[in-house]
Amino acid sequence: MSSPSQILQRIKAVFLKEMVQMRRDKMTFGMMFMMPIMQLVIFGYAINNDPKQLPTAVLVEEQSPITRTIVQGLANSNYYEFVMQTDDPRETGDLLARGKVAFVLSIPAGFTAQLLRGERPQLLIEADASDPTAASAATAQAQTIIAQALRHDLKGGLASLSGQPPPFDLVVHRKYNPEGVTAYNIVPGLLGVILTMTLAMMTGMAMTREHEYGTMENLLAMPARPGEVMVGKIAPYAFVGAAQTAVILIAAKLLFNVPFIGPLWLLLFGVMIFVVANLALGFTFSTIARTQLQAMQLTFFFFLPSLLLSGFMFPFRGMPDWAQIIGEIFPLTHFLRLVRGVMLKDVGFLQVLGELLAMGLFTAIIVAVAMLRYRRTLD
Amino acid sequence: MSDDFAIDVHGLVKRFGSKVAVDNVDLQLPRGEIWGFLGPNGSGKTTTIRMICGLLKASEGSGTCLGFDILREAAQIKALTGYMTQKFSFWGDLTIRENLEFVARLYCMPDTARTVDETLEKLELTHRQHQLADALSGGWKQRLALAAVTMHNPQLLLLDEPTAGVDPQARRDFWDEIHRLSLEGMTVLVSTHYMDEAERCDRIVYLANGRKLAQGTVPEIIEKSGLFTYQGRGPGVRRLAERLKGYPALKYVAYFGAALHISSSSREAIEAAIARETAPDVTWSETQPTLEDAFIAMMDDAGIDQREHA
Ligand SMILES: Nc1ncnc2c1ncn2[C@@H]1O[C@H](COP(=O)(O)OP(=O)(O)O)[C@@H](O)[C@H]1O
Ligand SMILES: [Mg+2]
Repeated sequence: MSSPSQILQRIKAVFLKEMVQMRRDKMTFGMMFMMPIMQLVIFGYAINNDPKQLPTAVLVEEQSPITRTIVQGLANSNYYEFVMQTDDPRETGDLLARGKVAFVLSIPAGFTAQLLRGERPQLLIEADASDPTAASAATAQAQTIIAQALRHDLKGGLASLSGQPPPFDLVVHRKYNPEGVTAYNIVPGLLGVILTMTLAMMTGMAMTREHEYGTMENLLAMPARPGEVMVGKIAPYAFVGAAQTAVILIAAKLLFNVPFIGPLWLLLFGVMIFVVANLALGFTFSTIARTQLQAMQLTFFFFLPSLLLSGFMFPFRGMPDWAQIIGEIFPLTHFLRLVRGVMLKDVGFLQVLGELLAMGLFTAIIVAVAMLRYRRTLD
Repeated sequence: MSDDFAIDVHGLVKRFGSKVAVDNVDLQLPRGEIWGFLGPNGSGKTTTIRMICGLLKASEGSGTCLGFDILREAAQIKALTGYMTQKFSFWGDLTIRENLEFVARLYCMPDTARTVDETLEKLELTHRQHQLADALSGGWKQRLALAAVTMHNPQLLLLDEPTAGVDPQARRDFWDEIHRLSLEGMTVLVSTHYMDEAERCDRIVYLANGRKLAQGTVPEIIEKSGLFTYQGRGPGVRRLAERLKGYPALKYVAYFGAALHISSSSREAIEAAIARETAPDVTWSETQPTLEDAFIAMMDDAGIDQREHA
């Protein structure tokens, strides 16, 4: 019999109360905004800091002015630090596997002659991509560095060789991490991780707090209805989610210049669904947990596998089938695909529809569970 | 009809799984009266109150509260009721003012700021309004809680052990306030363990094991218990007490201050016992049974061992 305006008024009452309580807990409030920035700086530092002077072994099976130029050019680039040079392939054999070097550059015999004949001989760089951040910047630069170095030598009659394509064929073998998760993937991923952490946990704790302190019955004894309490208590954290998203996206752009090529609205739409999924999750946890500590533990119980199996830590396609199947359950998995797709690859709505639907389905199921359990809180 | 009754419920039953917490309770509470709700811990007082205001659905039974159906019209009931829950606690991280503002907003009161100002003034808490509620002492918390649940001028007050753990002076103040509210026309149902508080009520309902054992004014309940009570005084009562407890016909042997009270529904049984357990330094006289004597005798009649509930 309550009019809609009364319902809104009561939701607002709970909302305002929650906002005050949230801000009064200075430590938690600070964490919610310091955590994203701190993590961004930590991860972002790794991104920004193009790793330089990575240990490199050079296998030169042929000495010539051209090969010397190539080796010299790479050495001057600062990306590589030649720790050994040899003409015996047995010596470079397992350096990479043992982690002694990050790269092995191989210049095969006959390289110079083929190059001069315009046959585009192969240059091989084997990279230890198990640390993708380390590997990617250096290999990405190699072709340019070598082409530029050769330009000095290829003058006069050989000038025709210094144009495009370069007179050699650079082959990069990424070892140990063929998918090569690139550094830029991390910032979009952090968005998902931070939203999961704070939203699911904070909502869960805010809801359990009323039970733990015995104030839930006060709320229900007053005219607040379960649904109104739920909306009023969750809404502040939706704002927190929006603010965190803004902080992370702006910092990603300003501090680390992460490319952002897809449509913003699609990203925000995805964020919205993901935020709702996590709020609902936190709420469900609160109907299971009796104390705030339990709510926190439940969040971690959920968060860890979702972190490990979502593709944030390890390349998704590199995981065994069973892990991929479990991974598909987590909203974080789909959110990561969506954010990476939109930010880095400019995918459109239809291409991420599957991810949106998967997150939507998860949310619907979780909300249903939450409502079923929440009804019984006093009984 | 239910118009004369603030609470009019019949045959209330509440089961939690296989446990019957409330068993067939009727309650007709006329408007404007103060009723006390007594009974040992776990006797079903809180559960009954929750069913009355629609917070819990009764497993069986039906009725109205302030004319609204307790099963279907909980929202209307809550809007007209002030319910101070058993462990009513404020949000300790909100200030006194913020707590009251929150309550005023929840009740959709038109002028939140003014209502809160007035309430604070009435409580003489205006100068402390910006302190956190946690800073208040127990007695003050109780008064603030009462103010909070009456801010919206309810017709019915449900108070669940409102004075538990509060000092005697604060309890007296609290009861003065209840009587003042009653004069304004509020109906009050208050649960308590204190006999002196029970005597301040118009009527008492006594619950044990979920069942209503008695209802009426204090003298009525004492009279209905059909009890005779003797009190013994003197240095020797302590030795006698243990021996008297062995008499099955004596329902109740207990100290009342320095005096030993023994009660039974049979005067002869008491006199026979006293005659056998003579002690030169104890003098016996008949006395008026107290409410507590009556309750304990009733529990005994109902086959409830009071020590379980002590
Ligand atoms: N939510 C509940 N679930 C299960 N049992 C309950 C619940 N609430 C109360 N009870 C049980 O019902 C009985 C009556 O409890 P209660 O109404 O709180 O008694 P009182 O208020 O008189 O102390 C107790 O045995 C209690 O353990
Ligand atoms: Mg109780």
